[in-house]
Amino acid sequence: MNSFINAFKKMFKNDMRFRFAIITLAFLLAFVVLSFFSPYDPRSSYYAPISRPPSLKHFFGTNGRGQDLFWLLTFALKNSLIFGLEVALLSRVLAIVIGVIAGYKGGGLVDNALMLFCDTFVVLPIFPILVFLRLIARSMSFSTLAIVLALFGWPWDARLIRSQVLSLREQKYTVTAVFSGRGIFGLIFSEYFPHILPIVLATTINNMLWSLGLEITLSILGLSPLDIPTMGTVTYWAIQQQAMVTGAWWWILFPIIFIVLLFTSLYLLFTSITSFINPRLRTVNAGEVSR
Amino acid sequence: MKDFLRFIVRYFITRLLISLLVIFIGVSIIFLIPRLVPGANPAEMAIRRLQMSGAYLPADSIEKMKQALLKLYGLEGSLLKQYTTFWKELLKGNLGPSFASFPTPVMTLIARSLPWTVGLLALTALISWVFGTVLGGIAGYRNKGLWVRVLEIISNAVRPIPYYILALLLLILFAYVLHWFPTGGAYQIGLTPTLSWTFVKSVVKYGFLPALSLIIIGIGAWFLNMRNLVSNITSEYFVTFAHQMGLRDSIILRSYVIRLAMPAQLTGLALQLGFIFNGTIITEIVFNYPGLGTLIYTAIMQSDYNLVMGTTLFSIVAVAFATLFVDLLLPFIDPRIQYVSG
Repeated sequence: MNSFINAFKKMFKNDMRFRFAIITLAFLLAFVVLSFFSPYDPRSSYYAPISRPPSLKHFFGTNGRGQDLFWLLTFALKNSLIFGLEVALLSRVLAIVIGVIAGYKGGGLVDNALMLFCDTFVVLPIFPILVFLRLIARSMSFSTLAIVLALFGWPWDARLIRSQVLSLREQKYTVTAVFSGRGIFGLIFSEYFPHILPIVLATTINNMLWSLGLEITLSILGLSPLDIPTMGTVTYWAIQQQAMVTGAWWWILFPIIFIVLLFTSLYLLFTSITSFINPRLRTVNAGEVSR
Repeated sequence: MKDFLRFIVRYFITRLLISLLVIFIGVSIIFLIPRLVPGANPAEMAIRRLQMSGAYLPADSIEKMKQALLKLYGLEGSLLKQYTTFWKELLKGNLGPSFASFPTPVMTLIARSLPWTVGLLALTALISWVFGTVLGGIAGYRNKGLWVRVLEIISNAVRPIPYYILALLLLILFAYVLHWFPTGGAYQIGLTPTLSWTFVKSVVKYGFLPALSLIIIGIGAWFLNMRNLVSNITSEYFVTFAHQMGLRDSIILRSYVIRLAMPAQLTGLALQLGFIFNGTIITEIVFNYPGLGTLIYTAIMQSDYNLVMGTTLFSIVAVAFATLFVDLLLPFIDPRIQYVSG
């Protein structure tokens, strides 16, 4: 625990990207906390005059459904973050289990089979598949969608963890530990985990970027539960009700500002952590250009 | 030589296996989705839709459609039998008819919109790849200069933003605020697609904004990748050694650095081309461009779910073949592959 605090302090002092990311994320989290004090229910609408520009009463203005954008966005950000965390945590479990098993069995039949499976999932065009799934199962909730995304979100990270375990296995202390009668689970949990943890942390953030991007895209296509405010559904309603054409700029501007802040800070957090863990690991996900 | 051949065969078989697995798993997922989701029997859904819009269709075409659906989904018999029927139809290249524009086959619709998607994406992918790689290579090798910093900051700022949002921002700025470019379409309404100058000019004008958005995000990503690759390679001992041997900069760059960085960049490019279906769907929707993405989008809007299934199946197969193609090319580009597993 202490080493984590030290690493945090060191990064905060030396890395501008990390500082920016932490401060922005703290600001966003404070904004999320505000949702607990909201005077309005996020699901109700037409409690305020429609399409009013920002004012003292409604800081970010109101939208065409008579909702206060400021309070609506506190809920939207909360729901989006919860969604991203759900996907990240679930897919971490898969990535760790598969990565550790493949790495520990390195080179054998199990490893080859798992990696073949892994490569297959990397290539699979997930976006059209998701669109198809959502079209069939219109009433699917965000939590179910999170489980589905988690089933697709592990392969890159399982590969990373595998390669880390592979190199750990070659270390002398593995041989020493095995000869001293250490069990496999003990070895993995107490010796390997501290080395895997930083990678897991970094990939968690990267995975959140991925799932949040997909959530926004699916929502904008109208393929998510549209009555629940998320960053995606808020943008969907703005586009759907022609905010750009009618000149209600605040309706589309504020969600976009928050989306940009969220993604930039998560991304900078990810890059600063990866370059702290391993300065040479900066080319993670090379070739992954499209989202 | 014998070892080499054995390696090549083993390598190719593994790659082929992966591609086949991609198709197998992808198709199986598509087959299972409607059967696992409660209350989503594909034929029932389609027939319900038919009955809802029944007034617009003559009775015999509804009957024809029913037949086509039953044949396509093979709903009689066990799950296993349905599964084999599904594969049989698929292998024949039969993706069934579109619901919304019945009886046009899904394959025809795909063939009609594919050229637009491929044209837009292939062009932008190549342009951004060339620019990003060259700039990233220079930036990584001589890690200094103001423009490197500026490009780096811009690329880092653009990269994490969801592509949809970036495209939307460009659309608002250039089409709605500045009125420089049209807000959507592929060419001026009223023109017929011919090889005349006015038509080509119109295509370029209408394609500019979607292309620009793809290029901006593409250049940034390639730039960062290439810069990281090259600066990692440049810090290797053998490059330092080459410097100490007194080799000229241009030789080191060409035969030491670029040679090693290229395979990764080329793999990336090919993967990018394979992911046509992920990337441009959103571009086309934002800019209302008449390619595969818009096809999927209208299919979503009209609940034409056979069309969505068709395009999804098509994209799975296309991506699998694209990656196979890259994997087969890679040993010729990357000298290291042979040494690693050979």
